[in-house]
Amino acid sequence: MAKKDVILELINVNKKYEDSYAVENFNLYVNKGEFITFLGPSGCGKTTTLRMIAGFEKPTSGQILLNGKDIGSLPPYKRPLNTVFQRYALFPHLDVYDNIAFGLKFKKVAYEVTKKDGTKVTKYRKFTREEVDAKVTKALKIVDLEAFESRDVSTLSGGQQQRVAIARAIVNEPEILLLDEPLGALDLKMRKEMQLELKEMHRKLGITFIYVTHDQEEALTMSDMIVVMEDGQIQQIGTPLDIYNEPKNAFVADFIGESNIYVGTMIGNKKVRFLGTTWECIDDFPVNQKVDVVVRPEDVIIKPLGEGAVKAKIVNKIFKGIHYQFTAMVGNNEVLIQTTADHEVNTEVSLSIEPDLIQIMNRAYDANIYQDAYINKNNKVVFAGATWDCDITQLVNGSSVDEKGYFSTPDGKKYDLTDLDVIATIDMKDIEISDDLEDGNITGQIIQMVWKGDHYQVIVRTEEEEDFVVDTEWTWNELDTVSVKIPESKIKLTLKEDISKYEI
Amino acid sequence: MKFRRKYLSIPYVLFLVCFVVIPVLFIVYYAFTNKGGQLSIDNLIRFFSDKTNVDVLLISFAYAIINTFICLLIGYPLAMVLANRKYNKSSVLVMLFIMPMWINFIIRTSATRDVLNWIGISTGAHSELTTIIGLVYNYLPFVVLPLYTTMLKMDRSQIEASLDLGANPFHTFFKTIIPMTMPGIVSAATMVFMPTLSSYVISDILSEYNVVLFGSYIDLYFNQADWNFGSFMALIMLLLIGLSVFITRKFSKDDRGGRSIW
Ligand SMILES: Nc1ncnc2c1ncn2[C@@H]1O[C@H](COP(=O)(O)OP(=O)(O)OP(=O)(O)O)[C@@H](O)[C@H]1O
Ligand SMILES: [Mg+2]
Repeated sequence: MAKKDVILELINVNKKYEDSYAVENFNLYVNKGEFITFLGPSGCGKTTTLRMIAGFEKPTSGQILLNGKDIGSLPPYKRPLNTVFQRYALFPHLDVYDNIAFGLKFKKVAYEVTKKDGTKVTKYRKFTREEVDAKVTKALKIVDLEAFESRDVSTLSGGQQQRVAIARAIVNEPEILLLDEPLGALDLKMRKEMQLELKEMHRKLGITFIYVTHDQEEALTMSDMIVVMEDGQIQQIGTPLDIYNEPKNAFVADFIGESNIYVGTMIGNKKVRFLGTTWECIDDFPVNQKVDVVVRPEDVIIKPLGEGAVKAKIVNKIFKGIHYQFTAMVGNNEVLIQTTADHEVNTEVSLSIEPDLIQIMNRAYDANIYQDAYINKNNKVVFAGATWDCDITQLVNGSSVDEKGYFSTPDGKKYDLTDLDVIATIDMKDIEISDDLEDGNITGQIIQMVWKGDHYQVIVRTEEEEDFVVDTEWTWNELDTVSVKIPESKIKLTLKEDISKYEI
Repeated sequence: MKFRRKYLSIPYVLFLVCFVVIPVLFIVYYAFTNKGGQLSIDNLIRFFSDKTNVDVLLISFAYAIINTFICLLIGYPLAMVLANRKYNKSSVLVMLFIMPMWINFIIRTSATRDVLNWIGISTGAHSELTTIIGLVYNYLPFVVLPLYTTMLKMDRSQIEASLDLGANPFHTFFKTIIPMTMPGIVSAATMVFMPTLSSYVISDILSEYNVVLFGSYIDLYFNQADWNFGSFMALIMLLLIGLSVFITRKFSKDDRGGRSIW
């Protein structure tokens, strides 16, 4: 995004609570008059960021600049910003009028007086009663609450309270209006209405809006610019169109709209392999690299058998008002498809996707995560085509395994965990590779080796195309065949399904 | 006959009649009769013709007001600290302030007297001061508790909203925090004010009978078997307390529409 008329700038802002970061390395600039939205799942740090801008929290490190000046040490009441709170936070002891007039009572207006000797001095005065009255009346009109000025706020509906909260903020003519999920407590219809009204208000007032939501649809319809966040970090900044059409990574794609996401492998110049077939695409990635492939449901075309690229079987159909949503199976992979054309469930069809609608993105490695792991009858975990020793008691706090191999939890229940689906996570530094092929559980070929400053990051690919990403201090050669070993205690297991099904 | 829920109130109504309505009627009866049992307004004339009586009443009011004021002055910030999770991680501190209430009131007050004398504030020489100290010490928990509960319920976001709208901490305190805790302040004040008016054990013990509050004055006449005049003064106090309840009611309009217990 272009740096035009920057009003707010966050530089390397971090916020740490105890020992975890709520906001990490946040860099952002906001142009004057923009409607910018922080979007992300619950707990990703949106509120924390907003509160740092408003002044309720101090960044652990980093700078916040307003019109080029550092406001980091300014208390909230000295910042020319106003907030619309998630739960309105109206003053119960004041009526609608006094709630809105609250901020005006503390405002100082500058005016000039000419002294006898002709010099001019600026003095400050408070708003007069008439000025306050005019401003409040105008604000009431903007939020469409003219008839409510002497009502007690506790007698208002949620939507009306919301409007009062907005009026109370905009009456101060802040340079930036901060809104923390302001529509979260309203029902769907009211929310849609208020979305339009807020957008209209933004257009009329010309104030910069910073809006927080976890509703992607809301973000897409209202914003000029969206900041997608996850785990305290910015994943992508862009216009709604950019973010929808060109998600930067699988997280963004998944969070914005519905998506099919697969792990693919580049097998040639602009050729990617996923869903068991090779597809033409338009992105250029190094051959052999594992990538995330994202395909929007509306971009998958259902064709008669034999005419598309891959055979699929329709297993589910839902009518969604203006289109159908089908679920089709290609081998073991699910494909979501949205189309207006009707098809019968259980028919075999063929699917095709235009090359430019196949989005390919870098796969970020931070750990080895095996989503399709399961426990076998010997209480070992199976993933990546091999069987591994592991500690299954980590699945439930305080559990143990008895001599018959049954799993018992502290509440006295017993389980037979055979076939339980789990997620196995192994840190990259905890995988050991060896050239003694008998040493490990499985063998694979080193397909890539990257120097990471103080160690190598090596990717070992097995015959079944499963990858292990390994941090190692030793040099290996590409195409070496090695065996892979993981210490029992280093395999982290988490439950993927409800354990109660396995109770005996 | 079908059981109706209102029958459950019969024991309570009986209790009320026996221990509230009938005694009050007795008070009214004694207040407006003379020793011989004839209807008269002698007591009324006697009360207002002797300046001492009115003085005792006014002094009692003064003590009640001062006590309430000091209790609020100490109790409000205290409750604020106690209700703030940042300073008070467990409720142990709250317990500490409530615990004196578990000790027998007479023993507690006598102990206060001994402690005060021991540290050199003589109950004989500084009767007014020691009475106030005793009153404040005894009634502080009654202020802290209602304030503490109101403050626990108070939403932090309104304080933040106030700061956000440009009110500095000083304005926020007086324009937002105080008004929002008003119901708590009113019930705390009533919990102190009314009992102080009629209290006499504390002033008796801690002032060595130098400070005479209205309660001990009434007690005096009852002890001298002058039931008629005692009753008349009890009636006056009843009316004054009723009046103060009525006035505080006006101020304590609870923001959620519910009325406070007073
Ligand atoms: N005062 C605090 N002390 C400790 N941790 C905190 C505190 N405030 C927030 N956090 C943590 O910081 C992280 C981000 O919280 P934040 O409230 O910013 O999330 P959010 O994106 O606004 O989520 P939501 O959509 O649920 O409102 C969370 O993991 C939260 O538990
Ligand atoms: Mg939030």
